[in-house]
Amino acid sequence: MEKMPAWADVILIPLISLVLAAFISALVILFIGQSPAEALKLMVTGALGSTYGWGYTLYYATNFIFTGLAVTVAFHARLFNIGGEGQAMLGGLGVAIACLYVPWPHWSIALVAASISGAVFGAAWAAIPAWLQAKRGSHIVITTIMFNFIASAVLNYVLVNVMRPKGSMDPATERFSQTIHLPTLHEILLPFGIPFSKAPPANISFIVAILACLAVWALIWRTRLGYEIRAYGHTETGAVYAGISPVKITVITMLISGGLAGLMGINNVMGEAERLVLNATEGAGFIGIAVALMGRGHPAGVFLAAILFGFLYQGGTELALWTSIPRELIVVIQALVILFTGALDNMVRTPLQQIFMALRRKES
Amino acid sequence: MDFDVLLQVLDSTVRLATPLLLACLAGLYSERAGIFDIGLEGKMLAAAFLSAAVAYVSGNVWLGLLAGIGASLALAALHGLASITFRGDQLISGVAINFLASGLTGLIAQDWFRQGGRTPSLPNEARFTGLDLPFVQTLEPVPVIGPIYAELISGHSILVYLAFLAVPATWWILYRTRFGLRLRAVGENPAAVDTAGISVVGLRFAAVAICGVLCGVAGAYMATALQAGFVREMTAGRGYIALAALIFAKWRPWYALWACLLFGLLQAVALRYQNINLGGVVIPVQVMDALPYVLTVVILAGFVGKAIPPRAGGEPYVKER
Repeated sequence: MEKMPAWADVILIPLISLVLAAFISALVILFIGQSPAEALKLMVTGALGSTYGWGYTLYYATNFIFTGLAVTVAFHARLFNIGGEGQAMLGGLGVAIACLYVPWPHWSIALVAASISGAVFGAAWAAIPAWLQAKRGSHIVITTIMFNFIASAVLNYVLVNVMRPKGSMDPATERFSQTIHLPTLHEILLPFGIPFSKAPPANISFIVAILACLAVWALIWRTRLGYEIRAYGHTETGAVYAGISPVKITVITMLISGGLAGLMGINNVMGEAERLVLNATEGAGFIGIAVALMGRGHPAGVFLAAILFGFLYQGGTELALWTSIPRELIVVIQALVILFTGALDNMVRTPLQQIFMALRRKES
Repeated sequence: MDFDVLLQVLDSTVRLATPLLLACLAGLYSERAGIFDIGLEGKMLAAAFLSAAVAYVSGNVWLGLLAGIGASLALAALHGLASITFRGDQLISGVAINFLASGLTGLIAQDWFRQGGRTPSLPNEARFTGLDLPFVQTLEPVPVIGPIYAELISGHSILVYLAFLAVPATWWILYRTRFGLRLRAVGENPAAVDTAGISVVGLRFAAVAICGVLCGVAGAYMATALQAGFVREMTAGRGYIALAALIFAKWRPWYALWACLLFGLLQAVALRYQNINLGGVVIPVQVMDALPYVLTVVILAGFVGKAIPPRAGGEPYVKER
């Protein structure tokens, strides 16, 4: 018999974890002598009170959807991919190469090419840790952490020594051509007569991210490969008995995961900066871990969690602008969400299970 | 390269290897007891901040050291709570601790000192300064040995000597004491330890606490000896390099020393030379930056001897009912 209903697992536990994280964050804000209620109000108006705020919220959310999906897919095969950051960095490099060196006639073709290039670069960066895990048993968590650092060194080298335009001091590539400028939400919504702020960088990648959510859902629950991934994640020995190859599943899952992280490049590199800069990912790869943990393995959950973190990011930026609460508050909230939804899961779960068991006993 | 330059590079190798070594030994205790710890970085960062803050306010570096150890211990307790008491995922707990430390140190530093997330520079009285070992003056004129003694061996802060002494001490504790035997056993086969009537939870908490203390010293060393004050994200991935050194050393204390000296040397060389010219072939500085991580991946891949972690590492222990 199930210990508690499915809705409690999917909705109640993340909500309780979120409330706990919010409560401790409020204590932190009190500790530095500010009012948590005021801070929340400012965050809500700053992030959701205008189309300007929404534009930034959705821009950040787009990044987090990609990296959150990346971590989620790997979780289904019980692989912990901490390397989303490095894979997204390389994905950005792939996007930049596709955008800089081919004179695309139209942004739509460029978007397809850049998506493929970014995904391939991200997947390639995940391929080595995946292969090492599958063939040599090297712990994927450690190797993907190491690959994050190697990625940042590679990017640093490429930007400083190879892709930097002559005479420029800034370690960044040239600006991409204006013909491949991705339509922003403002430009997309204008023909429909919906006014949307011009300033924020939210762009068509948001729609690609939603499509990616649907694709991941279909992959995990509607295909043979998705079934194999879940079976392998559930019990490795059972999967092997059913004729599923651990090597194949590990490598393919990590390629998909890395590809999704690499896709993030179309949003932050092609959509926002329109050139590749150092530290373009800004930690979005790590936020993917929090998003995936909150999203409970389902793309719909990842979508909602990504919007939540987009809100936190934009709200936190507004806080840093108007109050003396620094941006680091977001990192604290992110840490608390990871802590409560991931590491301290049993702390929330066990008492909840006992309550449901007691309720059920009363009924019968 | 002449002798003086060589000595200077080796001298800075020793300085840079010290925090790596302390953090590496910290991880060694924890992981040998079966608790994976990727939160070394966060614990060091928290200790670096609080030690610098307390040393600045009180003017006493020893109080700073204690405060740093306290900060690190608090995070270690959180890790223990999550991974031992609530049997959560140790890796996720470590990730959370790293972010928690990164966020809280920046936040509180800005709130307390309002200098963009750093502490004010520490005056020399509030730092660990170099100690002159005996006979430095007497030995100075002796060629070769004199400069080696004066530059390389003498003149470091007390924490450096402490870190190097921690290596034989760790070896002795792990391999020559009853506690060490049990600690290693609990990382390999906790059920056997439990059957013998020894508390698995107690041993693991002890290991995590030792890890906290050593990370605290490592962080305090960074902020009060290596540098004069705390800067945002000042540990800059050293916790992960220490983790890499631990794997490189295959979870053994003496090898940990050599691994940390090697990675310290890489850092010292990268710090001194931007690009290294080896007879026409220029090695860019980024290669030096990435080398510890690349080496670790190669070791993990088992191409140069296999690195086998403690068998029960990462697994929460559940007593049979």
